[in-house]
Amino acid sequence: MERKIVVPGDVVSDNIKMSGSGTYIRGDEVCASVYGLVNAGARYVSVIPLSGKYIPHANDRVIGIIIETTHSNWIVDINSPYDGLLHVSQYPRRIELEDMKKYLKVGDCVLVLVKDVDAAMKVELTMRDKELRRLTDGRITTIGPTKMPRVIGRSGSMIRLLKSIIGCGMFVGQNGRVWISGSEDRIDLAIQAIRYIEANAHTPGLTDRVQAFLKAKEKTMQSRIHESRDNEEW
Amino acid sequence: MSEKPEHFIIDGKRLDGRRRDELRPIKIELSPLDRADGSCYLEWGRNKVVAAVYGPRELHPRHRQNMTGAVVQCRYNMASFSVDERIRPGPSRRSVEISKVIRQAFEHVVFTKFFPKTAIDIYIEVLRADAGTRTAGINAASLALADAGIPMRGLVSACAVGKVDGEIVLDLMKEEDNFGDADVPVAMTSDNRITLLQMDGRMTTEEFYKALELAKTGCTTVYELQRQALVEKYDNEYQAEGGLDE
Repeated sequence: MERKIVVPGDVVSDNIKMSGSGTYIRGDEVCASVYGLVNAGARYVSVIPLSGKYIPHANDRVIGIIIETTHSNWIVDINSPYDGLLHVSQYPRRIELEDMKKYLKVGDCVLVLVKDVDAAMKVELTMRDKELRRLTDGRITTIGPTKMPRVIGRSGSMIRLLKSIIGCGMFVGQNGRVWISGSEDRIDLAIQAIRYIEANAHTPGLTDRVQAFLKAKEKTMQSRIHESRDNEEW
Repeated sequence: MSEKPEHFIIDGKRLDGRRRDELRPIKIELSPLDRADGSCYLEWGRNKVVAAVYGPRELHPRHRQNMTGAVVQCRYNMASFSVDERIRPGPSRRSVEISKVIRQAFEHVVFTKFFPKTAIDIYIEVLRADAGTRTAGINAASLALADAGIPMRGLVSACAVGKVDGEIVLDLMKEEDNFGDADVPVAMTSDNRITLLQMDGRMTTEEFYKALELAKTGCTTVYELQRQALVEKYDNEYQAEGGLDE
C-alpha cells in the first residue's frame, strides 16, 4: 500500500472527525503535525513520525536502567525525557527500605511496566507482573522508538524470525531498548540485524529482506569457520 | 568592507545579476549531525548556517520547567570567522536579540503541550555571514525541528525584503543590507501566518505592504525548497517504493 510522506502543516484529510495521532485540526481540515508517513485508516488518519523521543504511556513494557536510589524509590532511566519511579512496594517481593540496595543497584537493568503516568509526567513503574524482572545476562541495544515496531513486525512476525534464525532470546521494550540474550556471537549477529532494520525501517517487505540478510550473514560466518579450520590444518 | 555602490539596480538587474523578486540560490542538507536529534545545514547565497535541535529533553534548572508544556530555547551564534573582520566570540547584544526573536518565531508553532517539563533546544551556528543570517537560521531550524520529529503547526519559512534605490527588492545581499534604505526580515508558516517581522530603516506604509506581499512570495518559494528537501531525504534514505509492510 502506498503511503505518502508529509511535512508538518500538510493537509491530510478534510474530515475533522478523522484526526488521529500526529495530526491536528486547522479550520475545517486535518493537518499533519509531524514529518512522517500518512496512515489512512477507515476511521482515523494518522501520521507515523520518522523520528522522535519515547513518551511513556500506561501499560508500556520498557527496559530501564537504575540511575539512583532514594529512600523508598529507585529512579530509572527509561530512554525518555522523563525518568521513571519504581517504588519498593512495586518490587515482586516485600523489601525492607534499608535492603533496597541489595536488590537493585545503580546501573542494574530491569524489565518494567509503566503503571501510570500523571499530568505532571510522573512515571510510575512496577515489577509486579509476570516476566518483569532484573536482567542479569545478555546485552541491551537501542533503536529509535519510532522504529521499534519494525523489530516486532506485524503481530510479532519479525521478532519471531529473529529469535528462530539467530537462536537467541530477545525482548523489545516500547522505549526502543532491545534486550538480547544468548552466546556472544549470537548477540553480535542479532545487533547487526537490528541495525539493518533501523537503517531500512519504513521500507516494504522488510521481514523477507531481514531473512535474506541473516542467511547471507550465516553463510559468511560458516565460511569463516571453515577458513579457520583450514588454517589449523595447514 | 566594500564601498557604497552608486546604483544598486542597473537595467533592472541587481549587483549580483538577480531580478528584484529573485532569491539567492539555496542549498539544503538534512541531518548532517549524528548526535543531534534533528539538524540541518543550509547555504543561502554566501551564507552558511547549521541548525541543531535537541529534545524534548529534561530541563535544568528545574524552576524553569513549565508544567503545561515544553520550553523552547534558542541560541543564535555567529562564528568568529563568519565575517570579514573577525568578531569577538560569544554572545553579543545583537546575537542575544536574534536568539530571542527566533525563539519567539517558533514558540507558537511547536506543539509544546505534548511535552510538559521539558526543553526543546535550538542551536543555530552561523559559519559564514552575508546578510540574512537570521532568516537562513530560521529556515534551517525549522527543518531541524521537523527532522527531530517534533510536532508543529507547520514549517516556518523566512526571507528578507528591503528597499534599495527607492525600490522594493527581495532577499537583500551584503551591499544592499549595509547601504540600502530598509531591511525587513519576515518569517511565516505555510498558511501565511507571520511569526517574525522586523524592520530596520524607513519605508512608507504603501511600500511596507508591497514589501510584505513580496516577502510572502519569497517565503512560499523557500517553503517549497524546504518541503522538497524533506521529501527527498525520505526517498534517498529509505528508498521507499511503497510504504510499510505492517
